[in-house]
Amino acid sequence: MADAVARRSYSKLVAFLAARTGDVAAAEDALSEAFASALVDWPRKGCPANPEAWLLTVARRKIIDASRRQRRGEIATGHWQLLAEGLDAAAASKEIPDHRLALMFACAHPALESGVRAPLMLQVVLGVDAATIASAFLVSPTTMGQRLVRAKNKIRQAGIPFSIPEREELPDRLAAVLDAIYAAFAEGWADPGGTDVARRDLAEEALFLGGLVAELLPGESEALGLLALMLHAEARRRARRNDRGEYVPLAEQDPGLWDARMIDTAERLLRRAGALGSIGRYQLEGALQSAHIHRRRTGEANWSEVVQLYDALLTLVGSPVVAINRALALAELEGPRAALEAMKDLDGDGRLTEYQPYWAARAELLARTDARDEAARAYEIAIGLERDPAVRRFLQQRRSNCNSVNGER
Amino acid sequence: MQYLLLLYASEAGWSKLTPAEQEQGVAAYRAYTEALNNAGVLRGSNRLQPISAASTVRLSNGKSQVLDGPYAESKEQLGGYYLIDVPDLDAALSWAARCPGASHGVVEVRPIWART
Repeated sequence: MADAVARRSYSKLVAFLAARTGDVAAAEDALSEAFASALVDWPRKGCPANPEAWLLTVARRKIIDASRRQRRGEIATGHWQLLAEGLDAAAASKEIPDHRLALMFACAHPALESGVRAPLMLQVVLGVDAATIASAFLVSPTTMGQRLVRAKNKIRQAGIPFSIPEREELPDRLAAVLDAIYAAFAEGWADPGGTDVARRDLAEEALFLGGLVAELLPGESEALGLLALMLHAEARRRARRNDRGEYVPLAEQDPGLWDARMIDTAERLLRRAGALGSIGRYQLEGALQSAHIHRRRTGEANWSEVVQLYDALLTLVGSPVVAINRALALAELEGPRAALEAMKDLDGDGRLTEYQPYWAARAELLARTDARDEAARAYEIAIGLERDPAVRRFLQQRRSNCNSVNGER
Repeated sequence: MQYLLLLYASEAGWSKLTPAEQEQGVAAYRAYTEALNNAGVLRGSNRLQPISAASTVRLSNGKSQVLDGPYAESKEQLGGYYLIDVPDLDAALSWAARCPGASHGVVEVRPIWART
């Protein structure tokens, strides 16, 4: 809990300082120096009555000192005077204005390369260190560090604003913020065993960011939809592995291991999003999670509803990934042959040659049509593409099922 | 902040237009320039002669080398610019999107190095 409070303070302070100066890196440096001073000062003199204001005052001094040093001789005194006064006024007031959402919009600005937006948000808004982010996104710490520095420079040099976009631009720009949060969550989700601490924490951080956006923009159905989607997924984390660390597919999970509170919250969010009267990608994906859970809890097959949701999602985002999941649902409704037929459109898609779920889905469907050799080949490719050892073992088991039946013949 | 909007378009495309279409195009630019002026953000603007009029100069071993043509050959050529003064990148991007050049070519938005 103390951690969450510190995190809350950090993001608020960094957002406030960055919005005032337009310089994320300078805000971060000043704030980390302020925290360092606090570690020395507070134990000796006692914790100040308003810790946030204390930190802000110190950080403000650091920023102004640093900029004086950097821009010696060419300093526009008026600008810094103005900045200093603005920061003082904020430090004097009880509540520091909340610019966290504006900071997130800056980090997910379309002028920044899309791959850096999620890492940038994690670092700038939550203070996650570059090495942790690098390990979660599978790149070297040096590379990640350089990317983050480049992005912060771009924000400063290009004059990327720290503001909430105008009404007409909001949906597109919000989508970029939500996509970045979901990318962070997906990276964390990719390690269900929770063996990789950096990755597991990333899912939690993404949930925190998603919660923040939903709290600050309660009228945006997609913000609610994304939070619901992530909560639904997170609720099943423990059920995705058995005691021996083996992968358990959704259809075989024990609903008793699901986190009922998270699921309830997710369902409530989806109902609120639905009442807002606009439909979007994350809302639909959240609804799909909800449908899967409902089926497992009640035992009532709802595949036609699921296929309909996938149809809507496919119309909206047109991604081959959605088409694959739709085909798997269709298999439950109309059989594996119909599903394979539906997947035919994807067969030439170059993006899928390295996409594990495509091969796993193909393998599964082929195995169900008794095309065992073809299924075994598809399993082989899927195994080769998987990075999670537990899923790899699961696929190897499925593949050997194809073989053993072959052997009997 | 000041931003330079660099307008790139295919010169060949322009010459393929009918005189009426060209006139329409010029009128669109005139209206855009007027709008920038009205908003009080325009700091400078020019249309450039085609790349057939371009020369490139480089000093090597103390001698200047002059070459015929533009610095880089590309499908679209730099044909003009607007220098604008607006609060931030979003404002600059929104002006760039309104530029007629954005619909028949691309507009590159570059912040000016600030002399603070």
